[in-house]
Amino acid sequence: MTTASQQAQPPAPVHSPRQRGGIGGSVRDSLVVGKRNLIRMMRIPEVVIFGLIQPIMFVVLFTYVFGGSILIPGAPSGNAQAYREFLMAGIFAQTVTFATAGAGAGIADDMHKGLIDRFRSLPMSRGAVLTGRTLADLVQTALTLVVLAVVALLIGWRTHENLAKVLAGFALLLLLGYAFSWIGALIGLSVRTPEAATSGGLIWLFPLTFISNAFVPVNGMPAVLQHVAEWNPFSATVAAARELFGNTNQHVPKSVTGAWPMEHPVVASVIWSLLIIAVFRTLAVRKYRSATA
Amino acid sequence: MPGAIYAEGLVKTFGEVRALDGVDLDVPEGTVLGMLGPNGAGKTTAVRVLTTLLRPDRGRAEVAGIDVLAHPDRVRRAIGLSGQFAAVDEYLTGRENLTMVGQLYQMSGRDAKRRAGELLERFNLSDAADRTAKTYSGGMRRRLDLAAALVVSPPVMFMDEPTTGLDPRNRQALWEVIEELVAGGTTLLLTTQYLEEADRLAHDICVVDHGKVIARGTSDQLKARTGGERVEVVVHAAEHIPVAEAVLNGFGKGEGTIEPHTRKITVPVAGGAKLLAEIIRELDTRGVEIDDIGLRRPTLDDVFISLTGHVAEAADGSGESGADADGGTGGRQKKGRKATGPGEPAAVRETAGGGTADGDRGTADKEGVK
Repeated sequence: MTTASQQAQPPAPVHSPRQRGGIGGSVRDSLVVGKRNLIRMMRIPEVVIFGLIQPIMFVVLFTYVFGGSILIPGAPSGNAQAYREFLMAGIFAQTVTFATAGAGAGIADDMHKGLIDRFRSLPMSRGAVLTGRTLADLVQTALTLVVLAVVALLIGWRTHENLAKVLAGFALLLLLGYAFSWIGALIGLSVRTPEAATSGGLIWLFPLTFISNAFVPVNGMPAVLQHVAEWNPFSATVAAARELFGNTNQHVPKSVTGAWPMEHPVVASVIWSLLIIAVFRTLAVRKYRSATA
Repeated sequence: MPGAIYAEGLVKTFGEVRALDGVDLDVPEGTVLGMLGPNGAGKTTAVRVLTTLLRPDRGRAEVAGIDVLAHPDRVRRAIGLSGQFAAVDEYLTGRENLTMVGQLYQMSGRDAKRRAGELLERFNLSDAADRTAKTYSGGMRRRLDLAAALVVSPPVMFMDEPTTGLDPRNRQALWEVIEELVAGGTTLLLTTQYLEEADRLAHDICVVDHGKVIARGTSDQLKARTGGERVEVVVHAAEHIPVAEAVLNGFGKGEGTIEPHTRKITVPVAGGAKLLAEIIRELDTRGVEIDDIGLRRPTLDDVFISLTGHVAEAADGSGESGADADGGTGGRQKKGRKATGPGEPAAVRETAGGGTADGDRGTADKEGVK
């Protein structure tokens, strides 16, 4: 059964003497900054708690408000359970993408308060401030997933695969969340205020997560949206998690349009996430180098 | 041999604004350069360029003998920066803040902790060391910020308006810390809007306005250039003003100014305390009752106003700080600036960007006889 993978542990400080530059120095700097962000999260628990309430609300709303009306094709008697199993991977995936807003707001706040200037005047690795932030967000995302999984189990969600596969499903979700926090990092560096980073980090997530296979089967959408939905990077992770949790339904086809990512969701999910990390990490680090408060 | 901080022809534009318009600096090792200027003059931009935070459009700079543009990372190891905001993480304790900075200066965790302890002690923050910085007063945050800049005892320090927003007591305390630091051999570039601060801390002062260095020299040299001493008289009754004015003009060596609402007459003089005694006797003879009289030597405030055409605190950005410094927009702030005599501002401005001021006759006294 799922206790969700607590993959990322709070980074412990590494006592290495005077490493300078290189990968080692970069990792160490990132952990120092990551630890700082985790301490902050512990001292502002409201943020973590609100971060938990939202997905729980979504689970409950979708299950009990929409669940009765959304028909999963060919579902046996009382389709509520079928939809519940269909829905959870989507909710999990949507939840991890909200890490974007956290990372964005955090970095915008650091810019605003002059902390980024301090970091940039230190002889530390250039990417470490952002990597540290995204790692801390990853820990928070993992924590959120654990709580959410427990809530899901309580309202009747079940997995039908072995533990290794289930954990792999959560690993893919975390990878997606980590990728999205880099998008957040870029947003945080690009806007003027933390408030703008929060809303700027959230609005585009709604079309992105709704034009997908997360909440309803794609086959009910207009043809154009079917293509968009099936090539949506977000859909790949949802499909992959659904597969690894054993929450697929023989009556819901893997793909309507025959899109490659839907046929190979696990591989597609990994590729999409790594691609997002590669692109947005590069852009964000470049932006950081020239950032001016 | 260039100094510990050296810059040549720095230019930086932001859109239409030329934040730096050809700035040259040379700060000898172990000395303090006070960079004086109104808001928006380009002080912060200069600091940002020298601390590797911003690339200039043109020009070159060296800090601690290292080329800032070519080897920013080596420069970062040699400098400490205390910016305009107290850049500390308010959700971390004082100790956590300093330990983190130490680790990011590539110290081991243990060394960073030990150093944090030392600095907390030195900056009088030991009692608050394990409280989050959120609970600190403004002065404490500033001290913590300064401590963070000193974690590796860098040979070159940059402080951007370190005492802005502090109350007088905290400002005094911070000055003492800075003086101690400089006594230890640190080279310091300090920007400030407080002329008193530059007067007290800096060996050399450069006045910056509209992205240019418009004057430089020691505090005394700059004051000497602004013109000599003046006598200020406050008469008891408004009807005495004409008589007093006549008396003062008799002794003065230039046109004076009158502020009717404060009943104050100011006139440039040469002759010092002896002359003051004569003026008092003459006023007495003529039956003018006085509330206050004093010999006033120029302060850096006067220097600043005469050079930039506006007061330090009020940056109006009206762009009329050019030759207009003498005519001016009137108002109380310009009192007494109309008649500084031969060394008038326009002439001073001519030498902008050039060497040091000539002459060294001024004294640092701010208050004359009362």
